[in-house]
Amino acid sequence: MIEAMFQYEFLRNAFFAGVLIGLVAPLLGVFIVVRRLSLIADALSHVTLAGIAASLLMEKKIGLLSWNPLYMGMGFSVAGSLLIEKLRSVYKHYQELAIPIILSGGIGLSIIFISLANGFNTDLFSYLFGSVSAVSRQDVWVIVSIAIVVVATIWFLYKELFLLSFDEEYALASGIRARAIHFVFIVLVALVIAASMRIVGILLVSSLMTLPVAASIRVAKGFKQAIAYSVFFGELSVIAGLFLSYELDLAPGGTIVMLSVCLLLIAISWKKWKRG
Amino acid sequence: MTKEEALKVEHVSFRYEKENVLEDVTFSVPKGAFLGLVGPNGSGKSTLLKCILGLLKPQQGNIFLFGTPISEFKEWHRVGFVSQKANSFNTGFPATVEEVVASGLTAKLGLFRFFTRKEKDAVKEAIEAVGMAKFQKQNIGELSGGQQQRVFIARAIVSKPELLILDEPTVGVDVHHVQNFYNMLEELNRHLGITLVLVTHDVGTITEKVTHVACLNKHLYFHGKAAEFAELQADDLSAFYGHHLHVLSHQH
Repeated sequence: MIEAMFQYEFLRNAFFAGVLIGLVAPLLGVFIVVRRLSLIADALSHVTLAGIAASLLMEKKIGLLSWNPLYMGMGFSVAGSLLIEKLRSVYKHYQELAIPIILSGGIGLSIIFISLANGFNTDLFSYLFGSVSAVSRQDVWVIVSIAIVVVATIWFLYKELFLLSFDEEYALASGIRARAIHFVFIVLVALVIAASMRIVGILLVSSLMTLPVAASIRVAKGFKQAIAYSVFFGELSVIAGLFLSYELDLAPGGTIVMLSVCLLLIAISWKKWKRG
Repeated sequence: MTKEEALKVEHVSFRYEKENVLEDVTFSVPKGAFLGLVGPNGSGKSTLLKCILGLLKPQQGNIFLFGTPISEFKEWHRVGFVSQKANSFNTGFPATVEEVVASGLTAKLGLFRFFTRKEKDAVKEAIEAVGMAKFQKQNIGELSGGQQQRVFIARAIVSKPELLILDEPTVGVDVHHVQNFYNMLEELNRHLGITLVLVTHDVGTITEKVTHVACLNKHLYFHGKAAEFAELQADDLSAFYGHHLHVLSHQH
């Protein structure tokens, strides 16, 4: 694959995009998992699908849009994340309800858009399951910008995000601007989901945010270590997954996810073995 | 109102919908005191705490922290709080004792500021003050209930508060360790000079440790020095608790 990467631009694009996503998805994922919001990623990915379907529909019917469907996907994803927050405050005692509401709303909208367009070509398929060849140079730039924003935000808000994740009540009582910080965080999650789907596809996006983290919290001592391991496991599955899928001609999204599952199983058994 | 009072509660009344939870409660805590705020379950202790922490607004009355009305109070880093639910956190959370204690500095340090040598030293000091130095690098989920509670106290004192409020801190602490735990609080009070407000339903154990006592059951039944409280007749105490039982039987 190395020689091929020098030869073909699309492979280089996929590789860069993959490496960046392997960094930011588990990075945000740590905060999501410890706050028990793992399913938020799933809900938002389905809303992103609705945005992409809408964009493709408008392109097909009106022919007015030839811009990247990623943008509308992101728009929908961010809107979805705000709705989840709103719903979480409406159903204070059933906060997890927000997730199925948004998830089914997203998929419902997507189906309507898809049927209105009388079906799409393979383009939509590449968004569902991810496609290496679909990553354009423009996509890479979008992902680079998102990655910079995510890393900078986590860097500067680390101690607030940690406190908010560990003990929300205490964070509120100590006078931290918890709502604003949470808002920033959830918007980042929405952006990363939209960005990751080019590689692993909408149906598998949440796996990159949760599986490396699930493996890491089995073995990590402390939160910083949990972050480091999550990113390491994430990168390992993305890079190895891209190579394997290229060499064996497999779907990259599926390969990456299955490698994460393998890493998770190894982490679980390692912990068991260590305990004796 | 003198500057010598860490906390002053003045004619505070609070009700949830139609039910009165606090009725005309008045007391004050001088700086350096160790106040035991006692009362049976459901006596309004937790509600009063929430009012003091600014999480609830009483319908009547005023609360002052260090002489400043609570609505204008901005220096929250001067007040530490250990919640009753502190050790009911997600025990699978991957955080070391050190990281949890350091998180107590978040608000004091402020946005976009990073931990420096000074903060790291403060963290170490706080962990030592609660006798947890050995466990610094351990994940908090691996500790016992009493040890976890000590960590949460370290988190509360790391920002060097002048007033520390503890809500039923011995819930979930092994009976044998409760005495040790109170000894540690006494140390914090005497040697670090932290004003303590300890909320508990357990009257017996604390009277020998605290300097002041306030008995709450909707109304304030007693407020004064610990020595005066010890002189109270058993009759007075049973009237205080008995009244509560009476109320409960009507509620349920």
